[in-house]
Amino acid sequence: MKKIINSVEKVEEQMIRGLVKAFPQQLKKLSCGNVVVRATKKEGKVALVSGGGSGHEPAHGGFVGEGMLDCAVAGPVFTSPTPDQIYEGIKAVATEPGVLCIVKNYTGDVLNFEMAIDMAKDEGIKADYVVVNDDVAVKDSLYTTGRRGVAGTILVHKIAGARAEEGADLSSVKAVAEKVIANVRTMGMAIKPCTVPANGKPGFELAEDEMEIGIGIHGEPGTHREKLAQANKVAETLLEKILADIDYKGREVTVIINGMGATPLMELYIVNDFVQDYLAAHEVKVYNTMVGNYMTSIEMAGFSITLLRLDDELKRLYDAKAAAPALVK
Amino acid sequence: MMTLDSKKMIKIFNNIASKVEEEKAFLTELDTAIGDGDHGINLARGFHAVAEKLSQMEEDDDTGSVLKTVGMQLVSTVGGASGPLYGTAFMKAGAVSKGKRELDAVGFLAAFEAAVDGVKMRGKAVPGEKTMLDALCPACDALKISIAGGDDLKTAVWKAVEAAEKGVAFTKTIIATKGRASYLGERSLGHQDPGATSSLLMLRVIAESL
Ligand SMILES: Nc1ncnc2c1ncn2[C@@H]1O[C@H](COP(=O)(O)OP(=O)(O)OP(=O)(O)O)[C@@H](O)[C@H]1O
Ligand SMILES: [Mg+2]
Repeated sequence: MKKIINSVEKVEEQMIRGLVKAFPQQLKKLSCGNVVVRATKKEGKVALVSGGGSGHEPAHGGFVGEGMLDCAVAGPVFTSPTPDQIYEGIKAVATEPGVLCIVKNYTGDVLNFEMAIDMAKDEGIKADYVVVNDDVAVKDSLYTTGRRGVAGTILVHKIAGARAEEGADLSSVKAVAEKVIANVRTMGMAIKPCTVPANGKPGFELAEDEMEIGIGIHGEPGTHREKLAQANKVAETLLEKILADIDYKGREVTVIINGMGATPLMELYIVNDFVQDYLAAHEVKVYNTMVGNYMTSIEMAGFSITLLRLDDELKRLYDAKAAAPALVK
Repeated sequence: MMTLDSKKMIKIFNNIASKVEEEKAFLTELDTAIGDGDHGINLARGFHAVAEKLSQMEEDDDTGSVLKTVGMQLVSTVGGASGPLYGTAFMKAGAVSKGKRELDAVGFLAAFEAAVDGVKMRGKAVPGEKTMLDALCPACDALKISIAGGDDLKTAVWKAVEAAEKGVAFTKTIIATKGRASYLGERSLGHQDPGATSSLLMLRVIAESL
């Protein structure tokens, strides 16, 4: 394992401290743990809390800021934070209108957030949550854990954050978050795995000429393995799955070409070049595009494509002001 | 009659902590195959904290409060799916053991049943989904039958271990429909479930320590 770290045990804490030190006017770390909150608490609006395992930087700490999250709770790399940590975060930002937690659909995250929300409710805090499950690589059925939450989560932060900033009540913020979840889909791939520092070994092995399709964001293997193909062909494979899942025809969308951590922007732009043409050819109108590292998987090389179907409300909230370290509008 | 008091219980948890540390790499390897490779790391972190907490705890002869302390410590240190699941399990076991200075076979069974119900409640899973329940549920059934048949606690726990071993082997033959491994679909076949394996490890330590 080759990494620029000091010690495996200190990765998360030093990373969070470094993030906060880079944005001292905007962010603050709670002394009780790896919990990032806005430097100044904003009262009178629904507070948004998200989080999950570390290793997805800039998610989620980088999305704390005006128009987005109020708090992000970071667990160990790829492992959900514990209920007491999440509860500390909820308590720190809780307001009279309440708290909405944005949880990615992983058993660990869901169980830990549920326990934390129970703790908050016991203390009289109004709290609710939504579960993001945008990954079309995974089959969604009543009998499984369901689809994973991946890069589409950023758009839930953005849009629910804007709605909360407008002063909407808890149920309205939750409703718009669920609207985003219903309309956002993502699929990813990797050409190189990543190594969890505490583990020291990569999550899977790939030969020089292989790629893994349908990967998540935790270094776990994907749905299947193929011979490495050209960028356009790979992007087409992902887009076909996404477009087959919900109907995008004639609709306006926001696109995210998300890097998994070790993918050069050069390659992401090459992918985007094809994605834009492909969508145009399939009568999907691109309203806006984001290209960059938003939801990473440490040093995994690969990318994901996210499409969000927009309506007038979602467009307004997507365009609203945001001032988080990793997303400015 | 063979019983389990809080002193013996604390010793068992110390033994579990050592065992989990010993098997950390193995559990993590199992989780790398069908999960995200953190199960051993998560549990080792948690039981290390449990052992430390128990060593600082003032002498307490209530088995319920030992179990509750273990549960709360796991919830706040393990993370992942197994943290809330094992944490809830020991907290529920603690709740039904509250005020008991020692657990006899019947008391142990009550605690074990409460623990398994806790896992089912929190994780909304049933046996056959390739989770820790595939070790815990058969173990619980075996425990019940053995105790009803008049076996002493140690014998009953060994029978539970045997049942859990079969349960762990069974997880190799089924597709995961809960937890991270469910993302793999058919690809989860042939691999044994990390959580079921850690449950078996713990049970075996209990049997050996009794
Ligand atoms: N719903 C469930 N009910 C019971 N057991 C479960 C459930 N989901 C997962 N498990 C068990 O948890 C084990 C995995 O635990 P682990 O500590 O690795 O959590 P994780 O799923 O990786 O969590 P995270 O996603 O936060 O990293 C599985 O092997 C399985 O036995
Ligand atoms: Mg795991």
